[in-house]
Amino acid sequence: MTTSTREANAKAEAVTAVKPDRKFRWYRWQRRFAPYIFVSPFFILFAVFGLFPTLFSIYLSFQAWNPVQGLGSMEWVGIENYQFLLTDPWFWKSLRNTIWLALASGIPQHLLAIPLAFVLVSVVHRSLRHPLTAAYFLPYITSTVAVAIVFNTIFGTQFGVLNWAINGLAEWPLTSWMFSGIRDQMPINWLGRAPYIKPAIAILVSWKYFGFNVVLYSAGLATIPRDYYEAAMMDGATALQRFRHITLPLLRPMMFFAITLTIIGNLQLFDEPFILTNRTGGPSESGLTLAMYLYRTGFEWLDMGTAAAMSWVLFLVIGTSTILHFFISGRRGLERRE
Amino acid sequence: MLKPARVILATLLLALGAAFAQTNISIALYPDLDSHLNAVLEQFHAENPDIIVEVRILEHGDHHTALVTNLATGSGAADVVAIDVGFIARFVADGGLVDLNSEPYNAGQYQDIFAEYAWLQASTTDGRLVAMPTDLGPGVMYYRRDRFEQVDANVEDVIADWDSFLEFGRAVTRDTDGDGQIDVYLIADAGDVARAMFRANIAPGDGVFFGADGTPLVTNERFVEAFRVAKAIRDDGLDARIGAWSNEWYEAFKRGTVAVQLSGAWLLGHLQNWMAPETAGLWGASNLPNGIYGSWGGSFYGIPEQSANKDAAWRLIEFLTTNPDIQLAAFDRIGAFPAVTSTYGAPLFDEELAFLDGQQARLLFSEVANNIEGRATHPGDNVAEEIVNSALSQVLDEGRDIEEALAEAQQLIARRTR
Repeated sequence: MTTSTREANAKAEAVTAVKPDRKFRWYRWQRRFAPYIFVSPFFILFAVFGLFPTLFSIYLSFQAWNPVQGLGSMEWVGIENYQFLLTDPWFWKSLRNTIWLALASGIPQHLLAIPLAFVLVSVVHRSLRHPLTAAYFLPYITSTVAVAIVFNTIFGTQFGVLNWAINGLAEWPLTSWMFSGIRDQMPINWLGRAPYIKPAIAILVSWKYFGFNVVLYSAGLATIPRDYYEAAMMDGATALQRFRHITLPLLRPMMFFAITLTIIGNLQLFDEPFILTNRTGGPSESGLTLAMYLYRTGFEWLDMGTAAAMSWVLFLVIGTSTILHFFISGRRGLERRE
Repeated sequence: MLKPARVILATLLLALGAAFAQTNISIALYPDLDSHLNAVLEQFHAENPDIIVEVRILEHGDHHTALVTNLATGSGAADVVAIDVGFIARFVADGGLVDLNSEPYNAGQYQDIFAEYAWLQASTTDGRLVAMPTDLGPGVMYYRRDRFEQVDANVEDVIADWDSFLEFGRAVTRDTDGDGQIDVYLIADAGDVARAMFRANIAPGDGVFFGADGTPLVTNERFVEAFRVAKAIRDDGLDARIGAWSNEWYEAFKRGTVAVQLSGAWLLGHLQNWMAPETAGLWGASNLPNGIYGSWGGSFYGIPEQSANKDAAWRLIEFLTTNPDIQLAAFDRIGAFPAVTSTYGAPLFDEELAFLDGQQARLLFSEVANNIEGRATHPGDNVAEEIVNSALSQVLDEGRDIEEALAEAQQLIARRTR
């Protein structure tokens, strides 16, 4: 024991000898339990609104329950809900839709965001960087419902802005070569036909979330030391070469993080397809994502047990995708930069 | 005790006694039912001084979701709840709403004053009545008089049967200004025709989607014929493929892009007030083609089982639904077509509607209301409807074979309502 500890013990003993018993017990009690008391507001809220619903939904996934008949009408059915799901054509369809949408809206987000972040950080004038980043970030913080309503108008068939723009581009001499095949398809019924509703949703989701990725990648780029770039410039590297050989490799940890967030977020897509398809899931369920089907099963078809089972299957899908992602890029994504 | 003190004490006791004798009930509604209720509440209170009513309003979709949640947890529901016809099937399962046919309500005594089909819509297949009808949506065909005149078509001839309807469609769907794109279509969505058809001419004993024994019957002739006619409309390019309640749909009414629209009596109010007010005088209303009758909408009032004031709630429902004067007041104020058929002789019904070029359309609506054949609601109706709609869209949009799509729908419905 060191001197200071001995002194401290002597002090404590002196304190014990002098202070009355009750006060000291209170002192000891509140020292022991104070941390828990300070944490409890958060923990109580978490337990009631986070932990309990999670556990209850596991329990619910093994029951058959029509909520209109009240809490007492739950019936134990074991794994029948899961069996039903695995043999349900609409479940597999919505899973395919979700994965397609996750990829089709996730990949453009990152492909756009990385070069854009690079341009914002290294090429654009310093005073413009933050306003431009803010402008790109705006779609992310806008209400999904408001955005989807506006996009409903943009994607209109007869009177929509997008079709009008495509028509215009197809006639303009400079770009008409790109759009030569489109002529026969016009006017494109973005929201009413199965082949087009998925790209329409993907466009909306990419537009909405790429700004968030721009901000993430800007932050990641800002951590790359300028010396590397200066050294490369002295060796005569062009901007493109600097991008390929310095930026990309050193951006890997941030890419890993951003892609994980995209996987988790996109597999749970609900708001955008819900509003764009007007609650219906699109023509022949082509815009129906797993989260939408879950909502429909639980709240419109009043089959709560199956809905709970579906939410846990979704959890497994997201978990598996994330684990796969970790395996593929995990080691290199998480390791320190050399 | 001093005299003033005695007087004060007596007044206090009286007030206390009165307060205890009063019942507080709540009613949950969606817009626009509240404007009507607030207007007639005073009269209700005059007739029932011991009942105080609190009004709760939520948006249409939220209201029904909240009702499901309240019934699920067994608390929080109002004493009287309004239910839209599209959501009735959710609440016919046993245990949520009070069976109004039972004692002491005996709603059966009122059965004859209502339009028959509305009564059936709120009834379950096992004879319970879960709600009282309050307003209806008799189905009519709204048509653009100018589009008919342009091709010299007579409305009576067009609606004679589906063939003449299609023939008119082929004549009216054309490019009117020579720009290569079709400007006028027969109808906004061929699916509307299919939906109107399979809800009509139902064999006695069957429900819309389920037979008397509870098995789905969506592969029968009624559905096949409905799908066939809709497919004929789609294949000939006679429909504009516009979804209802979208901006395109409103534009189509403003510009006269569609020649007919099948809908309920209430669409008139919407067209007149905000969708296409500038097209007043260009419209007319007629029966549905091929002599079918259909219903688009309707509202009901029910009492949740968990209510502690069922008797007072029942008095309010009786007031709102069985009193002809109140029903007419609702029609006047919010355009809610009365469910009580005895009101159909009122002068209000003879009014010439300017929007429809002076047509006495309310007489048409009441004729339709009296002729619609209703069916009791099966708890699986919501699910079946969505699955059949999906099959319909596959047939129309993706060109799937009708029999195949219906067979798959039959299978899916059977699985879902296990």
